[in-house]
Parts: sequence; C-alpha cells; structure tokens
Amino acid sequence: MIKYIIKRFIYAIPILIGVNLLTFTLFFVVNSPEEVARLHLGNKRVTQEQIVQWNEERGYNNPLFYNNSEKGFNVFKETIFYEKSLKLFLFDFGISDSGRDIKYDIKQRMLPSLAIALPSLLVGLFINITFALFFVFFRSTRVDYIGVIFCVALMSISSLFYIIGGQYLISKLLHLVPISGYAQGYEAIKFLVLPVIISVVYGIGSGTRWYRSLFLEEIEKDYVKTAKSKGLSESSVLFNHVFKNALIPILTGVVVILPLLFLGSLIVESFFGIPGLGSYTIDAIQSQDFAIVRAMVFLGTILYISGLILTDISYTLVDPRVRLK
Amino acid sequence: MFTFLLTDIFFYIIFFSLIIYINYVRKTPDIRETWSYVFKNKTGIISAVVLSFFMLTALLDSIHIKDKIYNEDRNEYVYSQEINSILDIILLPISKNTEKSYSSPFSSHLYSKETVKSYNDKEKRIYPKLLHKGNHNKYLDDNIKNIFFTSLLSILKSFILVFFIYILIFREDVFKNKFIFSPLKRNSVLFSSLLIMLSIILILYDLGTQYYVLGTDKVGEDVLYKSIKSIRTGILIGTLTTIVMLPFAVFLGIFAGYIGGYVDDIIQYIYTTLNSIPSVLLIASAILMLQVYMSNNPLEFENIYERADLRLFFLCMILGLTSWTGLCRLLRGESMKLREVEYVQASQTFGLKKMSIIVRHIIPNIMHIVIITVVLDFSALVLAEAVLSYVNIGVDPTTYSWGNMINAARLEMSREPIVWWSLFSAFLFMFALVLFANLFSDVVREAFDPKASKNYE
Repeated sequence: MIKYIIKRFIYAIPILIGVNLLTFTLFFVVNSPEEVARLHLGNKRVTQEQIVQWNEERGYNNPLFYNNSEKGFNVFKETIFYEKSLKLFLFDFGISDSGRDIKYDIKQRMLPSLAIALPSLLVGLFINITFALFFVFFRSTRVDYIGVIFCVALMSISSLFYIIGGQYLISKLLHLVPISGYAQGYEAIKFLVLPVIISVVYGIGSGTRWYRSLFLEEIEKDYVKTAKSKGLSESSVLFNHVFKNALIPILTGVVVILPLLFLGSLIVESFFGIPGLGSYTIDAIQSQDFAIVRAMVFLGTILYISGLILTDISYTLVDPRVRLK
Repeated sequence: MFTFLLTDIFFYIIFFSLIIYINYVRKTPDIRETWSYVFKNKTGIISAVVLSFFMLTALLDSIHIKDKIYNEDRNEYVYSQEINSILDIILLPISKNTEKSYSSPFSSHLYSKETVKSYNDKEKRIYPKLLHKGNHNKYLDDNIKNIFFTSLLSILKSFILVFFIYILIFREDVFKNKFIFSPLKRNSVLFSSLLIMLSIILILYDLGTQYYVLGTDKVGEDVLYKSIKSIRTGILIGTLTTIVMLPFAVFLGIFAGYIGGYVDDIIQYIYTTLNSIPSVLLIASAILMLQVYMSNNPLEFENIYERADLRLFFLCMILGLTSWTGLCRLLRGESMKLREVEYVQASQTFGLKKMSIIVRHIIPNIMHIVIITVVLDFSALVLAEAVLSYVNIGVDPTTYSWGNMINAARLEMSREPIVWWSLFSAFLFMFALVLFANLFSDVVREAFDPKASKNYE
C-alpha cells in the first residue's frame, strides 16, 4: 500500500514537469517578456528604458535558459526558467506583477474559498442523492419522466443566470442577505448563505441525473434481482442494497474533487465579492497579472493530481475487492 | 461580392462533412436503423426541428458579402470595409434603425427621462418618443389590437408555408390518393413542431419591424437583432471546437489503444499532462497570451471583422485543444478492447495491414462514442462561451454573443429601475438552444449507447 502510494507520487513528477514546461512556453516563449511589459505599460509611446525597468523590477530581465554573463552554476540559476518556473516545485511562487507576495495571498484566500465550496459540496450531495433516490424509486413512471425533463431544463440554464437571478431576487428584492462582501469569523455566514444556495441549485440538474443513472446501473445487477425474488420490498432493496453499493462510485467521485475545492469557484466568488482563490484568479486574469496565473496553474495541477491519488487510496478503503499493486 | 472569413470556411466544412455523413448513413443499413430511432422519437423530432432552425440561422449568418461603394474622389467602385451576411440583409427591416438609448420591450418611448426644450423655451423632463418603431401615434388599446392581429396574420402565413412544404414533400401521396391528410397522421409531430417554430419566427419578424420586441440596449440597438446575431457565435463555438479536436482525439486514441507500446505511453503522457491542468486556467493562459500577441502585432489584424473572427477561431482552437483528452481516453480504452475481438484478430492473421484494420474495423466500431461525445459536448460549450466572455477571455467584445450581452447587462441590473430585457433575451435564446441540444443528445445517446438504452425502458 505505502509502496503503491510512493510509486504514484513518483509518477506525478513527469506530469508536473510537463505542465511546468507547457506554462513556461505559453508565458515566456510565445510572447517575449519585453512584449508582455509593453502590454502592461500601454502600447503607445513606451520607451525602451521603461520596459527594461519594468522587467528588472519583476525579474524578467534574465535570459530564458542560459545566462552567458554569469559563471559556474549561475549560468542556469540566473535565468527566467529557473527563477520563475523551477522554483514553483519548491512552492516558491515569488511576487505578483503588482508586487505582492503570492504565497501569502494564497494562504489568506484558501479559507474563504473552502468556506463556500465545502458546504456547497455537502449540501448539494445530500440533495442530489435524495432526489435521485426519489426518482429511481418511481422509475419508469410519470414522476420519473417529468423529473428527468425538469433536470434537463435546470441543466440548460446558464450558471450566470442562477447567480444574477438569485442575487436580484434574494438580496435586492427581499433584502434577506447582503448582495456581496465578506467578513471574518461568524459574521461571514450571512455572506456565505446565498452563494452556497446558488451553487447547490445550479448543481441539482446535472447532479441528480448523474446519481440517478448510477443507481439505475446498480439496479440492473443480478444481486438486486436475487434480493427481490427473496421477497424483499422495493424500498428495502433500494436503500439497503442498491444505495450501499452505489456509495462506492459516489464516494470516489467526491474524493477526486476534494483537493480542488481549495481553488474555489471562479464566478460565484467574483460575483459575491468573496476574497477566495477563485476571485483571486479572475482578478489576475482581468488585470493580466501573469505571475499569479502561472502560480495558480501549477497549484491547480498539484491539487488535481493529489485528488487522483486520494481516489485510488479511497477505493481500497471502501471496496475490499480492489487491491493496489 | 462574397467574402470568406476564416470561421466561415470552417463552418462550410462542417456542413459539407455533415452532408457526407448523411449520405453515408443512408447507404449503411445498421446506422440508418439507429438514426431512425432518433427520428421516430417525439423528443428527437422536435429538438431536431428546433436545432435545424438554429443551424440554418447560423449558416445564413456565415455567408458574407462585401458591398461595392462608389468612391467620388477616385471615381471608381471600391469594396467597403463593411461586411454583411445574408442574415443581415434578411433582418434589415429590423436592424436598420437605432434609437438613442434604452427602451423597454414594445415601448413607444425611451426608458429614461430627458430634458427637452419646449416651444416657449422652457425646459421639461419627459420621456422622449422613439424615432423609428413603437407605433407611438396610437393609443394603448390600439397597440394591443395591432400586436394581436399582426401575430394572427403571421400564424396564418406560417400555416400556408407549412402547407406548401407538406404538398411539396408528399406530392405523390396527395395527388394520387384521394386522402390528402393521410401522410399527416404519420408525421404529425414533425409538422406541428415545424408550424410552431415558423409561427414564432414570423411573429418575431413581423412584430420586429413595427416594435422593439425585446427592447433596445444602451446605444439603442435592437436587442432582438443582437440575440439573433449571437446564434452564429454560439453554434460556431459548439461545432467548430469539436471539429478541431476530433482528428486529435480519434487518431491519437486509436493509435494509443490499438498499437500500444511506447506510442501508448507517449500519448497517455500527453493527455494526462493536459488533463491535469484545470481547464479554465489553461484556457485563460492561452487566451491571455493570444491577447498579448494580438495587441503587439496590430498591423496583422487591421480589419475589425477579421480581428474578431480570428479571435473566435483561436478560442475554438484553444477550447478544442483542452477538451480532446476525455474523448481520447475513451477511444483508447475502446480500441484496446477491439484489438482483442475475434474479427480483428482474424484480419491480423490474414495479414491485413494495421492501417486498413484501423480504417475498416476500428473506426466504424468507435463511431458511436464519437457521436455521443460530440452531441453531449455541444451544449456545454455553448454555456462555457458565456462564462468565458464574462471573465473577458471569451470572444472579442465587438462580436455579437450572448456572453457579451450578459456581461454588459451586469451594469444594467444595478440601474434603478433595472434594465432587464437584454439579460432576459440572452438567457432565453441560450436556454432554447441548450435545452433542445440537451434533449437531442439524450435521444442520440439512447439510440447509440448499448448501455444507456436499458435505462430508459
């Protein structure tokens, strides 16, 4: 088991290197640092000195891979590739283009992101599974049919509509909670209620359908037929047999996204002005702060890969039939 | 004079390949059987009719024309910079006039008060009348009557149109047999959905020439026109992205699964790496770099239409490059399974070359996965466009798109009283397209997926 986990971690290294090279190519080779500086300073009437100064302040003035003017090991060390790309492996995210410490910002913003993402996930899971079980219980009837159509309709509405509509209805018309903002401690709850509700409602359509198909797949299996022919009631088969067995794919599906919860939800956070990592990313994209975007790409990849490893581990924990080699 | 934008050409290619595919389906009995399941299903027919109207609009909007203008200085005809599509020409009665600012749907006056000087030089705050549409000389009762009778007339028109289409298709049945309506019983769903769609379109068109059916936006442009123009962007992003990613996904997936060995390792490594980056971040980085490139090389993109078009094209490319990984993994697994199937093994022992096995045995047997994925992805991509445009990494701000409309509506929502119609129309059109695409994909999946059909018994 431990051997397997170590092996998985080693497998993750080439992937991280690949991602690193890809972001490096995107951000430094496609457009040279000089061109990026020109964009930031405004295209017209920019003097060469301004560009050099801008790059110097942010450490983009070194050559990409190989520094001729240095000696010894420093020919590799004093380069953009080392400073901006390889240092990410040490979780050294450096400073953003606007001069802030990225690592400090990320630490500050992880918790608000989690404060929205985790309740949304848990409440959503509970509601979606309840609905799905309800529809499966009435499968092949009119209730199920209308339910599925309803789910498709809910899925077809843009996420922006839920956010804008919810904000307008609950905050502006009914004045139940503030429109946007954030506070520390327990004060935060009143700011978090609406985003969580909206995330949950947005997920109902696709979530319910997904769990419904999981349960239906399980219900086709032979052990269900055996249980029914033994004379067990429909509801006891559904809740005691089908539900328990369907828990395996449900749990592993949840585990894979657990680490990504830290990244938060991009749009919800920026609409509600919550200082999480999602709105951090959006702000960085809109102000074209590439240092932050690079850091977030790397962080996102690490979280995704750790999600995959966690999934494999959780498989062995919930399903004794699976053995890791 | 016709001009071809880059996305136009790709859109023609999509249409062309669609026609080839339809021809192929008609010749192959088993695939025809599967597709006929889709078109026997009620939901399937209705959504196919609605989607084909959307597709037709997008196609009409993809045939572009440059006008010739007489230049007095140089004493010759020159092509104008302005590019119009066939759809623009059809919609000219709706779009040709613009107002000063916001006006609500079916309104006869502007939405906000303005200071106007009256005859005796006194300043007054009034709601100015609309300049071009809105029927403002008549009373409210007359307006409602007018709207009612116009729509009635449009419905009548669509009845006549559908009747002609009906006669055209079933002319043999109608003229040889005495029972004119016997084919109608078989195709009642098709013709009623056709009738409803045509009525809606004609009502919108006829009313659109007299009123601002969905109001006007900040610069006084008709919102109905904007929403219709946005259809092309939505459809293009949904289809072009797939076309871009399909070759990658299909060939790499098959090579990885069928050939195996180190080819498999390399391809697996590539898609795992791409897949590990959260897709929004990958798209954002790629688009940001494109923005830098475009702003640093402004000379290459002089014409604003071409510039916007190129950005749309690149957006599709980038979306495609980030979304092929899922399909590739599915196809790899399926080809690995097919490699062990008896008839493939038999062809190997007969000495068939690998390429011909792939073309003759593997590709036809994975097509159902490709079709299901293409149809499933479509609606997700249309929805994604709105979100990306909201984050400013979507289509060019000058392109008509629902995402841009929603983006602009954020400020409108905070006005007092609020301007809701821009947002409403964008969501309405997007909802219609995505809903029917979702319903259609459900039916297609039911027909093609051997596992799914069981669930729907």
